[in-house]
Amino acid sequence: MVNKIWGLFIITGIICCLLTGKVEILNQEILNSTKESLDMIIKIFPVMALWLGIMKIASVSGLLKKISTLLSKPLKKIFPDIPKSHESLSYIASNVVANMFGLGNAATPFGLKAMKSLQDLNEKKDTASRSMITFLVLNTSGVTIIPTTIISLRMLYGSTNPTEIVLPCIIATVFGTLGGLIIDWMIARRRND
Amino acid sequence: MINFISSLIIPIMVLVIIIYGLIKKIDIYDEFINGAKESFDIVLTMFPCLLAMIFGINIFLKSNILLYLFNILEPLLNLINIPFPVFPMMLMRPISGSSSLAILNNLLKTYGPDSLIGRLASVIQGSTDTTLYVITLYFGSIGIKKIRYALKVGLLADLIGIIAAIITVNLFFT
Repeated sequence: MVNKIWGLFIITGIICCLLTGKVEILNQEILNSTKESLDMIIKIFPVMALWLGIMKIASVSGLLKKISTLLSKPLKKIFPDIPKSHESLSYIASNVVANMFGLGNAATPFGLKAMKSLQDLNEKKDTASRSMITFLVLNTSGVTIIPTTIISLRMLYGSTNPTEIVLPCIIATVFGTLGGLIIDWMIARRRND
Repeated sequence: MINFISSLIIPIMVLVIIIYGLIKKIDIYDEFINGAKESFDIVLTMFPCLLAMIFGINIFLKSNILLYLFNILEPLLNLINIPFPVFPMMLMRPISGSSSLAILNNLLKTYGPDSLIGRLASVIQGSTDTTLYVITLYFGSIGIKKIRYALKVGLLADLIGIIAAIITVNLFFT
């Protein structure tokens, strides 16, 4: 799947650029992507190191285990394959909480850590497990309560009520997330795993 | 109020973790270092995936191929009452967070944040996340190659999120 999409992006992009005579831009863009991805890594790296450090303390002290036991009941419904009070549940919980409050930077390391501990449970190491995909759905439907970036943009352009979109955002997110989880559940069930 | 609570979350979380660690008498400093070290591994496996995705997406976006597509689709969109300028954002949202944010910025500037277009674009940006980025980053970091139905489910979830956004905005603001 990734092979086809990646290939499709590059092939259609290059052909379209060639046909419309944008060879200059194309060359620039090919080089730019290296810089852009390095910038991104440099931005993510220290934040991740910091949070992984803090979370290590929480993990060794047993705090994570405690949180995961608390949250395991509701999360267990969404992730039937994860054993009770497994540490991945607490990482998933931390990720969801950080996302909810619009702390994208803090959410990513938790998400990566959650994936890593889901990988420990995974039997086929190169293939995504059902729980991983469910976690992905939870993540991509974007459970945000306070969309800080959007509010500040709306303020910038002189909205009379910059936060009026918060409630619609929450409602749309809840339905989007529920819908996503239902679809995920249906597909996983049809595939029998 | 909500902003204030949200700014308190991180400091309080750090405080609780540190205090709990001290109570349990573990070497909080050493453990912090150990944990921070793990980031090297993650970043190293993550970088090639990010590079590949950004490379592909940038070429695709800069070709303006989506723009040609919109022109073909415009009459259809008018039929189902979706303001045309928001459509590029709907398509971009699952592919690239920074470009959909750039489009949002543009829409707010052009049409105003309190217009239907401005509100709809804000809610779409706020209620969905970048599926492709999340897949690349999360699966890339643990070396998953076969993603199975992940992309399908992710994109369907985005679609539901966008439909939910359109319905909510129409209910709320008209």
